[in-house]
Amino acid sequence: MPRLTDLSALDGKLALPEEHAQVLVIGGGPAGAAAAIEAARLGANVVLIDENPLDPQLFGLDVPLLYGGRMSGAVQRRPIEQLLAANPALEEAIELGVDVRLGVTAWGLYVNGPALRALPAPMVGLADESRSWMCGFDQLILAAGARDVALAFPGWDQPGVVGANGLHALLHRYDAFTGRRIVVLGSGDLGVATALMAHGRGLEVAAVVEVLASPPAPVAGLAAAGIPILTGHVPKRAESGRDGVERLVLADSHGAEVAIDCDTVCLAVGLAPAIELLNSAGGRLVPDGRRGGHAPVLEGWATSLPGVFCAGDAAGLVGGEAEAIEQGRRVARQALGAGAEGGPIPGIDAWAYQAAWFEALTRDADPSLIVCQCESVTRGDLLDLREPRYLGERSAPAMARDLRSLSADGPLNQDQIKRLTRAGMGPCQGRRCREQVALTLAQASGVKPADIPLALHRAPVRPLPLKVMADWNETAEMTAGWEIWFAIPGQWAAYDDIGTEREFVTPFGGPTEP
Amino acid sequence: MTSPNGASVVVIGGGVTGLSAAWWLARSGVDVLVLDKGVVGWEASGRNGGGASHYHSPLFHEEQRLWPQMDDLLGYHTEYRRERVIFALTESDLAAYHGMAAEGRKLGYSVTDLDPKAVREFVPMASEANLGGVHLHYGGHANPQRTVQAYAWALQDLGGRIAQHTSATGLVVEAGRVVGVETPRGRFDADAVVVAAGPQTGMLLSTVGVRLPLGYGRAEMIVTEPAPLMRIGGVDGNGLYGRQTLRGNLAFGGGPHEWIDLAFDGPTARPSSPLTRNLARRVAELLPGAANLRLIRSWAGVIENTPDGRPVLDRLTDPANLVVATMSSVGFGLSPASGHAVRDLVVDGKCSFADIDKLKLSRFDEIGDDWLERRGWLPPELPLAS
Repeated sequence: MPRLTDLSALDGKLALPEEHAQVLVIGGGPAGAAAAIEAARLGANVVLIDENPLDPQLFGLDVPLLYGGRMSGAVQRRPIEQLLAANPALEEAIELGVDVRLGVTAWGLYVNGPALRALPAPMVGLADESRSWMCGFDQLILAAGARDVALAFPGWDQPGVVGANGLHALLHRYDAFTGRRIVVLGSGDLGVATALMAHGRGLEVAAVVEVLASPPAPVAGLAAAGIPILTGHVPKRAESGRDGVERLVLADSHGAEVAIDCDTVCLAVGLAPAIELLNSAGGRLVPDGRRGGHAPVLEGWATSLPGVFCAGDAAGLVGGEAEAIEQGRRVARQALGAGAEGGPIPGIDAWAYQAAWFEALTRDADPSLIVCQCESVTRGDLLDLREPRYLGERSAPAMARDLRSLSADGPLNQDQIKRLTRAGMGPCQGRRCREQVALTLAQASGVKPADIPLALHRAPVRPLPLKVMADWNETAEMTAGWEIWFAIPGQWAAYDDIGTEREFVTPFGGPTEP
Repeated sequence: MTSPNGASVVVIGGGVTGLSAAWWLARSGVDVLVLDKGVVGWEASGRNGGGASHYHSPLFHEEQRLWPQMDDLLGYHTEYRRERVIFALTESDLAAYHGMAAEGRKLGYSVTDLDPKAVREFVPMASEANLGGVHLHYGGHANPQRTVQAYAWALQDLGGRIAQHTSATGLVVEAGRVVGVETPRGRFDADAVVVAAGPQTGMLLSTVGVRLPLGYGRAEMIVTEPAPLMRIGGVDGNGLYGRQTLRGNLAFGGGPHEWIDLAFDGPTARPSSPLTRNLARRVAELLPGAANLRLIRSWAGVIENTPDGRPVLDRLTDPANLVVATMSSVGFGLSPASGHAVRDLVVDGKCSFADIDKLKLSRFDEIGDDWLERRGWLPPELPLAS
């Protein structure tokens, strides 16, 4: 007997992907481009997508990097030639036959698993500026790099506070950085490399600032470039004028204030592996500060999801372009069954360093310090577990609740805090506040950052307009079987009609909201 | 009796039904403890559409009576807002909405029919091609997560207790009565037990030989960035249920569900699917003025359904001190009333404000073991490897 299927269930309603790639590479940075080149050399059909040149509106939302409002109008032109010129590896990939798509973003990853079996194939959701579509794959290589970790200090929400990767992208990919004189926060490998990179691009690097008493990374290069390093100094505020940041005020180890004129403050305290797609699809992660935070569980370069691989910074901060390229080659070989070599190399404990900065920046911090820019959630709001202000006055019982009282009920969970305070619920999808909210919860409940569960990423992992996301060409089965709820006969029968001839008469099958 | 490691009433399940029941019990001075396998409201209770307009339910009048008071009664914001606007893009939907309005009127509630222009006065983003709709002067919507937390805190404020991360694994029956609940953290003694564990309700009851037939479904929603606030945020149509949050976000759900297998300890993942795109399309069709808004999240929840899609709210006869509470996929909006009903069943053995006899578990006594197969309520068959 053929098995019965509920006609309003998802079975058979999702279409096969519109296109299929043998090897699909997400990200055209050093690791992704190297992976695509290696896979093409091994004879595979390869599609590589990269979201740059980015939808110009996303720069203002700091998606995916912290651009800090320091991009020129050049980004509006979506300069593909500039991007290719800045990334010769992509030209090489194209010459080898890789189908390189620029300005295409990957917003979802879908694979069948315990609670989702209705997919006709594993697939990735892609989109350009006008529409979205699904792309199937045999092997998927995630090489989306790393995000900027932002930490708040007074004035950080003004134009001119950028992240290390945001600055790198504006300088290198787009040649569209509008700042001239910058201060770099952080003297780890990232801070030193960022300062030297900026110096090399002709920017004036006014100082590298370190809250610790000594820099965690070798800084001889800074001295050679004439870049001063201020250790034991804590940013107190960025002061802004009409065009954003004009100076950064620091406190030295005695508490005396020092002001440095600058138009840009670059947060180079940490990066976080870009795990959004993997996490949204349920790929396993491990909290590992030595790989930058929440990082993929890998065997070689294979994630826990079948056919899905990960390399480069997205696999857990590699600390250099040469290593990223080598990882790209290796991930391609493993994906194509040509041997598994190596794996991510742990570095210093990123969480320990970020926590040290966080402690310094939040010592005596004013409760009015904005933490979540999208939703205007302050540090005080987080600590007080305050409802959003549009709900009006807090009741007396609500005033008695805060993070500490909630932690008495059990370990703090960022997704719960998010829903109560709205921190991380805005259009930047928590990119600007995710790590610092987690650090706040760890600080308030006296646990390690690794003990705060990751606030889950959900598709779409880029904020995309409804009209772009919409499937305007859905299957006939989807259209025909669409019901507002489960469409169980009699579920909406009026109570008095139950047991009468009217029980299964449904003049209005769907409209009641569940 | 109150044992140090237990309570007079132990409620299994810190979802909206269990928490409301516990809150009602605590309001009556009952010593109550809620056990939850994780964080309160983590499953469907905190992930739903937030609607509160369930005219079909015997609890409807109590739902409508209580919601306007809930912020004051609980002492915390629920973001409840009264009224809904439902409008049609097709003639068949319009007829359905008018049919629903008739049901509301029959129950004594006020409904205004809207012409297309009036729809757009309420919903400026609505399609110019809409065919009109109805304005319910009742019903409404609230914020699910905030409401669940409000129940939990209000319960604690009355002296009730909540043990999170404490999975019930079985019930202990002695001489025809439930005397305790087993958990990995030990046994919690009880004089009476309420099982309101959502999808796990049937599995827990099966440990004492009680059969509650349930299917487990996964359903999906999407949410946009904020839009300008509409006067009435509860807006449905085009096969969607939805609400505008008080922040302005448009949150909508609807469309196909997926039947899933479920283990005793609940879902390990709640993935959304490419259905996100079909939902996005329907929101853009219903509200063309929102088509440029950015979609910022999708999510899914897992809910249980009984064979007729209706609740089981029942105090059993054997064991006699066991109350079963599943709302069969429609629990959030009715929660102020369902908790009241459960409180009545526990304390008085009978619901004081409505006839709920048709929601007894015994109606499924004769259903065969193969009912899921006969309904086709089975997880999809995996595609053949290509």
